[in-house]
Amino acid sequence: MAVTTAQAGRGLRIVGREAGMLLATFLGLLLITFVIGRVMPVDPVIAVTGPDISDETYARVKAEMGLDAPLPLQFVRYVAAVIQLDFGTSIMTRNTVAQDIARVFPATLELATAGVLIGILIGVPLGILAAVFRGTAIDGTIRFITLIGYSAPVFWKGLMLLLVFYALLGWAEGPGRTSVFQEGVVQPVTGLLLVDAAMAGEWDAFHDALAHLVLPAISLGYGAAAYIGRMTRSFMLDQLGQEYVTTARVKGVPEWRVVLFHVLPNCAVQLVTAIALTYGLLLEGAVLTETVFAWPGLGQYMTRAMFNADMNAVLGGTFVIGVVFVALNLLSDALYRALDPRAR
Amino acid sequence: MSGLALEPGSTTSALRARLRDGWLIFAASPAALVGLVIILLLVLTGLLAPFIAPYDPYAQSLPDQLKPPSATHWFGTDEFGRDILSRIIYGARVTVGIVLLVVIIAAPIGLAIGCAAGYIGGRVDSVLMRLTDIALAFPRLVLALAFVASLGPGLDHAILAIALTGWPPYARLARAEALTLRNSDYIAAVRLLGASPARIVLLHVLPLCLPSLLVRATLDMAGIILIAAGLGFLGLGAQPPTAEWGAMLSAGRDYLLTAWWVATIPGLAIFVVSMGFNLMGDGLRDVLDPRQTA
Repeated sequence: MAVTTAQAGRGLRIVGREAGMLLATFLGLLLITFVIGRVMPVDPVIAVTGPDISDETYARVKAEMGLDAPLPLQFVRYVAAVIQLDFGTSIMTRNTVAQDIARVFPATLELATAGVLIGILIGVPLGILAAVFRGTAIDGTIRFITLIGYSAPVFWKGLMLLLVFYALLGWAEGPGRTSVFQEGVVQPVTGLLLVDAAMAGEWDAFHDALAHLVLPAISLGYGAAAYIGRMTRSFMLDQLGQEYVTTARVKGVPEWRVVLFHVLPNCAVQLVTAIALTYGLLLEGAVLTETVFAWPGLGQYMTRAMFNADMNAVLGGTFVIGVVFVALNLLSDALYRALDPRAR
Repeated sequence: MSGLALEPGSTTSALRARLRDGWLIFAASPAALVGLVIILLLVLTGLLAPFIAPYDPYAQSLPDQLKPPSATHWFGTDEFGRDILSRIIYGARVTVGIVLLVVIIAAPIGLAIGCAAGYIGGRVDSVLMRLTDIALAFPRLVLALAFVASLGPGLDHAILAIALTGWPPYARLARAEALTLRNSDYIAAVRLLGASPARIVLLHVLPLCLPSLLVRATLDMAGIILIAAGLGFLGLGAQPPTAEWGAMLSAGRDYLLTAWWVATIPGLAIFVVSMGFNLMGDGLRDVLDPRQTA
């Protein structure tokens, strides 16, 4: 079909509006982190110099830190710095916050990805089963399982898993990302330990990393499975009531074919967008899970920074998670538009 | 529903009829009733804490450190020999307080923004709704975390942080309601009588947004409890020795392998209450929107 000028104009307007919205969202995010950084009761100058300084030194340090400028100017400078990925220096590690985040973020990414994979592998089949056997004991059981998944706090699930599968049964490895004797065996390339170990052919390290990943990934993945399962069920139920389903059944298509080849593909678009959003939620859950499992990711970095009054690190981390979150939201919208012909 | 019922004689009887119909839908679901019972128990426990707690939740007793559950201490004791059951009971107070305060702060902010956007419309609407969309795009827990990090740890700061990140859904809802109400006949009548826009919004639009807002708040409460517990767990919420479930769980981590009950039981309490709000919220949603009922 030929694209008319009017259609192209409309498309451009939509793209323009989206870009404007995205820009506004990032500015909003920056404004929030900026304001949070300014309301802190600790004087940032004193935090750097210590309390025993003369008035002149105080004024000089304040000017050096750019804190004597008017607030709007400070904000503009802040935005300019962040665009260049300059989040300042961490008091805790003495590295730049950007370096620190680049080092710890892959661990969080690995954990959240493992969590979302578990969520898909368990959630989608559960949702399909619940929709097909709607109103039966199977549906009820699945409803109960998912209810636990999103009602129980993720850190509690983590502790219970540690208690049972590490302490009592000894089936999985305990806290941390690797065992002590495996530390430094694999050189970080991508920062994703499983990928790095596999690429280096270090299969012992790979198994060790996997054994450490299992429990935190399950505690995150259970919540994701609950959410994805619930969504799958409701998407499937919407479709199962449609007339094409009746037609297929009347034509004598076996029920499993109707469910897997007629109904499921029609839920795919909604499912993909729901999964993208779940991924964002898992990044948040990772902050809590990492604390339980001593997982050296962004969450643990931020929590440690918080107790060291290291605001640059806290705000840098907040901004990065915010950006990923916004990006995933956007991706989910874009996927929806790309995959669903009706939304074009 | 009673299709043959006569026209309601007054607004109160109409309201009564609606409430009765709603209750019938709600009560048809055993899950929703279980949720209601859990929440009622939580509120009662919170209110009556001093009368039902078997021990003082803050009384330390060194000989009773880390005692497993028994007839004298049903849920065992913690590292200071405090009775965990009593602390759970007092913790219900803290939980109810957090949930109520967050909703009391967040809902009016959202309501004001949403009603203004929906009723005034035009440019005000698009600006306010863009702001809401932007605020909705942020991860809630992480933002609350950053707020508390800068304000300093503490229960009141945690409550404020959760509330400040919690208003956007209320704004969306209030806007949708205000939009549909804006063009209704009775609003036109009030406007003809010369009522100011502020009066119309406050006295005629806002009250009608409240029912759906209450449902939204109930559904929200499960999330509030989890975030508050998460902040408490990270040591950013309630500070020791306050009997807050998240903080109790966090303290119990150190004894997980030797005294499992110290961390397990507060977690169970958080889980049960959050489940209660989820069940009740699902039931209420069915009342408001029967089409969604599966």
